[in-house]
Amino acid sequence: MIEISGLRKTYRSRKRAVVAVDGVDLSVGEGEVYGVLGQSGAGKSTLLRCVNMLERPDEGTVTVDGRDLTKLRRGDLRIARQGIGMIHQHFALLSSRTVAGNVAFALEVTGTPRAERRTRVAELLELVGLGERADAYPAQLSGGQKQRVGIARALAARPKVLLSDEATSALDPETTESILRLLLDLNKRLGLTVLLITHEMTVVKRICTSAAVMRDGRFVESGTITDLLKRPGSELARDLFPLGLRDTGGTPETAAVGDGVAADKDGRSVAGDKDGRSVAGGGDGRSAASDRTGETIVDITVSGADADEPIIADLARQFGVDVRILGGSVETLATTRAGRWRLALPGTRDDNAAALDYLRKRGVTA
Amino acid sequence: MTWSEVFELLEVGLQETAWMVLVSTLLTLVGGLLVGVLLVLTDKGGLLPLRPLNAVLGLIVNVGRSLPFIILLVAVIPFTRAIVGTTIGTDAAIVPLTIGAIPFFARIVESALREVPADVVAAATAMGATRTQIVGKVLLRESLPGLVAGLTITVIALVGYSAMAGVVGGGGLGDLAIRYGYQRFETDMMIATVVALIVFVQLVQMVGDLLVRRLSHR
Repeated sequence: MIEISGLRKTYRSRKRAVVAVDGVDLSVGEGEVYGVLGQSGAGKSTLLRCVNMLERPDEGTVTVDGRDLTKLRRGDLRIARQGIGMIHQHFALLSSRTVAGNVAFALEVTGTPRAERRTRVAELLELVGLGERADAYPAQLSGGQKQRVGIARALAARPKVLLSDEATSALDPETTESILRLLLDLNKRLGLTVLLITHEMTVVKRICTSAAVMRDGRFVESGTITDLLKRPGSELARDLFPLGLRDTGGTPETAAVGDGVAADKDGRSVAGDKDGRSVAGGGDGRSAASDRTGETIVDITVSGADADEPIIADLARQFGVDVRILGGSVETLATTRAGRWRLALPGTRDDNAAALDYLRKRGVTA
Repeated sequence: MTWSEVFELLEVGLQETAWMVLVSTLLTLVGGLLVGVLLVLTDKGGLLPLRPLNAVLGLIVNVGRSLPFIILLVAVIPFTRAIVGTTIGTDAAIVPLTIGAIPFFARIVESALREVPADVVAAATAMGATRTQIVGKVLLRESLPGLVAGLTITVIALVGYSAMAGVVGGGGLGDLAIRYGYQRFETDMMIATVVALIVFVQLVQMVGDLLVRRLSHR
């Protein structure tokens, strides 16, 4: 639905040039919710504004619903824009118009006749749960309500694509949750394709099917959430499922001196490459093992239906290992439930070969 | 001079002032809005960036703003004669009044339009609105309270300008104050014009404030 290739945008001022977007390729399929995560200044806002040509990219193409927007003339671009909804961090509502008037504005732009506008506005306000506030002015609304108006307005022209520019960043956590729920609901009900940018991990966690991490104008990593979870060393996976303090540094188990089996300085990533990747190829989970004095440390990631199975308990029951959980979490993501744990199994890796094999076979692997 | 004579003259003066201010306000409204909107649109990063036009407009406005009204009044006399056919009377006064007020109001319009948040304009652009729609339904409509407040200021400035126009034969309250109050030492007349002007300006401000309050939903 959205195809971006080789996108580049540089801002030039008298003194220097700032490369905001530095060669980004991005593909968002129909019905996907794609999140671009990054700190402020990473270039994600520019990237989003390039999708509907609010910013003209210097290089690259932006194709939305089969049309290359970079090649459209002004009039055609206007029409194309009507098929792309957008919501904004600070809502960007017209203060002089009522809630209904704000939604109607989008329909006036598309030249919808008055009578039809009225019914459509009522319908849209109902959709976002604001039917009773139709005659209120934006100044009388809460932040969450304002964003609902923004969403209703963005959907007025029945777009296939919705761009979200930090839509929940100005909202408190509870309101964020309700707005995200609404977006997810609209995505499911209307088959709406959503491209959003955010600096909040929660947003990605709650509604995205795919995500990218952006830094200094580039994508550091990108893919579907399930793929990213399986990828060893994925920053996104690590941030989504922090394993505890030791994991945040990125180099766990420096004290690992095993019983002669893989005395790795950087246990997780080495082992992750050995085991994790081969495992990841097979299914929707990943495991990485490393040794410690008398213990084998295993990172496992499970997602999908496997997340609901008592894997750790099975491990203990079937193999009689005294599993210790060092850290981990289980989350309900937009698409799946997923969990990631770091486990400690007594004994060396060889001692636990069977258990590891089991992990790889079950849930963690096919 | 009796009070009844004072009131008679005052009535005529007030009518003349009101007429001059009314007509020049209407002309200023049109001209000032046009110039103000163009200043915003043609600016760098505007909806219709046209640097040369922007620079020329800016220059004209600044020239107009830098001349004290009393000088402008005299300087445009040939122009006034060409348009109205005379340089005396209220109709003739309307020409310099308008020329003086347009740059003043244009700057007010410009700054009021710039108060409209950029993301609101971006939102309208992203919806596929035309430039005309953005100017009419977003920029002008959103800044309406500011525009009305600015117009109020302009009207009051025009009342002041119109008194100066009276000095060079423009009629109105300024004319009365000069001819009777200043040249003939008719203190009653002087006091009456002062009171009339105060009341006039107060009324304009009150109506303006009321409108702004009605229009503002921020």
